[in-house]
Amino acid sequence: MTIQLNKIDDYRWELPKTGAMRVPGIIYTSASMLKDIQSEDALKQVANVATLPGILKASLAMPDIHWGYGFPIGGVAAFDWDSGIISPGGVGYDINCGVRLATTSLTKKEISATFDNLANALNQNIPSGVGSTGSIKLSEKEEKKVLTEGSRWAVRQGFGDNADIMHTEDGGCMPNADPDLVSQRALERGKKQLGTLGSGNHFLEVGTVETIYDPVVAQAFGLFKGQITLMLHSGSRGFGYQVCDDFLAKMAKHVKKLGIDLPDRQLACAMLQSKEGMNYFNAMACAANYAWANRQILMHKFHEVLLKVFNISPRDLDMNLLFDVCHNIAKKEVHTVEGKEHFVCVHRKGATRSFPPGHKLLCDKYKAVGQPILIPGDMGSASYVLAGTETAMKETFGSTCHGAGRVLSRHAAKKASKGRAIYRELEDRGIIVRWTGRSTLAEEMPDAYKNVSEVVEVVHGAGISKKVAKLKPLVVVKG
Amino acid sequence: MSYKLIDHTADLGINVFGADLKDLFASAACAMFDLITDTDRLEGSREHVLKVAGDDWPDLMVNWLREILYLWNGKEMLLKAVKILSLSEYELIANLRFDNFVPDRHLVKIEIKAVTYHQIQVNKIQINSRPGGWEAKIIFDV
Repeated sequence: MTIQLNKIDDYRWELPKTGAMRVPGIIYTSASMLKDIQSEDALKQVANVATLPGILKASLAMPDIHWGYGFPIGGVAAFDWDSGIISPGGVGYDINCGVRLATTSLTKKEISATFDNLANALNQNIPSGVGSTGSIKLSEKEEKKVLTEGSRWAVRQGFGDNADIMHTEDGGCMPNADPDLVSQRALERGKKQLGTLGSGNHFLEVGTVETIYDPVVAQAFGLFKGQITLMLHSGSRGFGYQVCDDFLAKMAKHVKKLGIDLPDRQLACAMLQSKEGMNYFNAMACAANYAWANRQILMHKFHEVLLKVFNISPRDLDMNLLFDVCHNIAKKEVHTVEGKEHFVCVHRKGATRSFPPGHKLLCDKYKAVGQPILIPGDMGSASYVLAGTETAMKETFGSTCHGAGRVLSRHAAKKASKGRAIYRELEDRGIIVRWTGRSTLAEEMPDAYKNVSEVVEVVHGAGISKKVAKLKPLVVVKG
Repeated sequence: MSYKLIDHTADLGINVFGADLKDLFASAACAMFDLITDTDRLEGSREHVLKVAGDDWPDLMVNWLREILYLWNGKEMLLKAVKILSLSEYELIANLRFDNFVPDRHLVKIEIKAVTYHQIQVNKIQINSRPGGWEAKIIFDV
C-alpha cells in the first residue's frame, strides 16, 4: 500500500493526519530517496507512532529512515512529560548504541606502520563478534557502579581521562539510573561483555579528514584536512538487549490494562507519569550508562593499539575525544511547543541529538559552534561530522539523522556479494578491512546501505544540522 | 520442522508451520536454532524442563521463543530438540535437549538478539474452508 505524501519543499514531505493519528508525520528526505522509503512499511510505522498518547507536533522521520519493529529506525517522537507515554520500542534493543570520534595530531603521510599491521592489531586486541566477552570481569557490586556512573566509572579505572567526559553527550551519564530495577538476567549478561565491540554493524575505523566544509567550526572541533581520526560504533551489548526485552514484556501486559489500542504490539508503552513508565526510564538509563562506559573503554584500547603499532608517545599522537553521541535513547529535554517551554520525552531511535550554538547543555568548547554530530556511512564511502542547529530545535526536537540506513536485507546483501571479493574491492579503494563474523563482510558490504552523502545533503539542506567535515575510511574492523 | 525465511531490510523473520499447535511451537523453537547454528553438530546431551506463561497464543509464542533464546544469549546453551509436554493458550511446558556451546565444535551462523512482538501472528490455516494446520509469523532482531 502506498501512503500518499504532500511535498512541503525539496527536503520535507508531510504524511497527513488520518484515522487514529493524533498528529501528522513529517518525513525529511529527497525525491530520489522517497521511492525506497515508500516501497517498505516504514511510512506506516511513522503513522502508527502518531497514534500514541501525548505525542507532540509530529511523528518525525529522518532521511535514513527504514523499516524497524514498532517504531521505524530513523524515527523521532516527543511526548509530553506529564500526559505522554514512554516506549522501549521507541528506543530500540541496543539502548544508547552510539558513535564516538577522536582526533589525533597525525596526518596520513606521518604514519610509519602499514595499514595491514594496524588492522591486524586492532582485530587481535579488541574483542568483537557474536557474544564476545572481554578481559574485564565485573562483580555484581562493581557492575552496579558502572550502571550508575557510566563514563566516569571507566575513567576512574584508568580508561581515558576527564576531558573525555566533557566531550560526551550528557557527560556520559544519565543521573536517573537505578540498578535495582534491572533484572538478574541483564546483570548476568552485562558482567562479561564490558569493553567488547559486538557484531554486525558495530565497528572501529581509522580514517582521514578528506574535506572541510566549514573551516570555523572544524577548527573549534579540532579537525584539519589530512588528519588521522579514530571512530567507533558500539552500544550496551547484551545488557541493553535484556533491559529492553524485559520491559517490553512488562509493558505488553501493562498496556492492555491501560486500554490503549495499539496498531502493533511492539509499540507497547506506559504513561511517563506511572510506576511502569518511570521504572523503564530509570532502567534504560542504566543501559545508557553501560554503553558509555563500554565506548570509553573501547576508545582507550583503540588508543593503546595505535601507540604500540605506530611506536609513538601519547604526547606525539595527541589523541582527543571530539565527541560521543548516542542514537537509540529516550531523553527528558526542554523544548518549545506552541510558544511555550515544555518538558518532553524525546525518543530517538536511530537518530542523533542536534543541539544548536548557545544551548546550555553544551560544554564551553562547543558552545559557540553547536554540538558535534557524528554520522558514519558504510565502510566503503565516507563518514561525516556535522554541527547542531537552531532549525533542529524548532522543527525536530533537536534531532537529525544517524547514518546511512540499510537498503538491502542481510540476506539480499549476501546474495549480491556472491562471487565477489568484497575485501579486495575495498582494498582497491584504499581501505583495509578485517571482520569476525563469518557473514559480516557480505552483510555489511557498501551496496547494502543508502548513500550516506545523500542522507547528509538532506539534513544539511533542510537545516537540521550542517556539514562540517567529511572523513574517508582507511582501516575498518567489523564485529 | 517446516519454516520459511522472511527477509526484511533491517531484520529477519520466519513463517513456521505445524500440523497442530504443539507441532507449531516445537517447530518455531527448532527453526530459530536452525538459523543460529548447525544443529546436526549438536547431540542434545543435556535436558531441561521449561515452563512459560502468556496472555494469548501470540504472547505465548513470543515468551516461549524469548525464554529459549535467553538460554543461548544468557547461558550459552544450544537447542537440539524440543518435546512439548503440555500446552494451553496461557501456559506451555516443554522438555528441551541441548548442549553447552563449545566454540571449536559448534557453529554460530547468525546472531539473533531478540524475539520481537512486531507483526506477531499465530493463525489457524484454512484450506478450502477445512482446517489445514497452524502457522506463525515471528520477526527477530538481528
